[in-house]
Amino acid sequence: MPSLIDLRRRIRSVKNTQQITKAMKMVAAAKLRRAQERVVASRPFSQSYEKLLANVVSAAAGDESVSSHPLLAVRAEENIQVILMTSDRGLAGAFNSNLIKGAQSFIAEKPGASIQLEAVGRKGRDFFRRRNLNISGEHVGIFDKSLFADADKIAKAAIERYANGEVDAVYLVYNEFRSVMSQKLSVKKVLPIPVPEGKESADYIFEQPAGELLGSLLPNYVGIMIYAAVLESAAAEHAARMVAMDAASTNAAKVIDQLTLYLNRVRQASITREIIEVVSGAAALD
Amino acid sequence: MAATFEIEIATPERLLVKEQVTEAQIPCGGASGEIGVLPGHAPLLSELGIGQLSYVINGERRKLAVAGGVLEVLPEHVRVLAMVAEMPADIDLARAQAAEKRAMERLASVQQNIDSARALNALKRAQARLAVSQK
Repeated sequence: MPSLIDLRRRIRSVKNTQQITKAMKMVAAAKLRRAQERVVASRPFSQSYEKLLANVVSAAAGDESVSSHPLLAVRAEENIQVILMTSDRGLAGAFNSNLIKGAQSFIAEKPGASIQLEAVGRKGRDFFRRRNLNISGEHVGIFDKSLFADADKIAKAAIERYANGEVDAVYLVYNEFRSVMSQKLSVKKVLPIPVPEGKESADYIFEQPAGELLGSLLPNYVGIMIYAAVLESAAAEHAARMVAMDAASTNAAKVIDQLTLYLNRVRQASITREIIEVVSGAAALD
Repeated sequence: MAATFEIEIATPERLLVKEQVTEAQIPCGGASGEIGVLPGHAPLLSELGIGQLSYVINGERRKLAVAGGVLEVLPEHVRVLAMVAEMPADIDLARAQAAEKRAMERLASVQQNIDSARALNALKRAQARLAVSQK
């Protein structure tokens, strides 16, 4: 039977843990709100961009510069780049392990293809570095600020590799923010660019040939897709952490209750024992 | 014809401006230079250039620096999707001046290994920022 002092110490330690998980939960909640605001703030841009791009594509349909555009060229997927977006920090439940599992099964589905990994976020980088996967680049610490410039840098590097013929396809593996309670693992092809489709909403005058305009719009679209994923992933990470820390706080409370009950029982037992000793001692004197 | 039209300027990060304005001057990409937009403009699509974008709201002209993106003009609505857009208050003057000087030097040096198109764009961006911050 553990001593009273040991039990009190355990309880204090669990209480400390609980305080930390509670604080982390609140921090995650605040960050989640900010991340969600960013997602909402970026929406007008990405939605309009997609719509305009669809317009330009339909206007430029049949144009030779479109079918031969280097960023639209579909090739046999021999060299694949995977952009894996994990978080920089842990303690977010199954957030990262789901991502890594998803990336591994994605890689397993492509036997024969040589894979290079662009690691966004510390957790995925560390995991695959230990497994000696070919890591083409790493980007750590971009989720806190979530700047478009960071996403654009990743996009530019991917575009360059793709245009060189170094890779034949680029996939994005990230967690999509569904709701606070659920994230969805999402695998998205970014290169060759999946062209958005849509109807033409007006007869536009084009300042320059539609094909040329398309050529200047497409490279940025990659950055926009990656940026959208960065924002989603940041929101999903904070949501996952908030839920995980909430569960941890609840579990800590449960453990504290059990330990307190046990402590009281041990205390009672020792008091009872002392009384028995006193009584039997007194009886021995009679 | 409406006397004003709505201008919406957005970057990937956020919506910067959404206002009723009477006119706007917008830099276009490629060789097209700058276009002026008044209410009732014909629908137009263009690449957004690097430079100074200005619009007039209640007789007051406001400016911002933009670089790259796309421009959609509709009779009563103008949508500017800029990859980079900065209000005068956001511009770091010292940095822009330094960038201008650096780009000038790059262009002046006749080395083979410099990317002159990139240096030219950097120069244009720096000059746009300077022009916007000087009222």
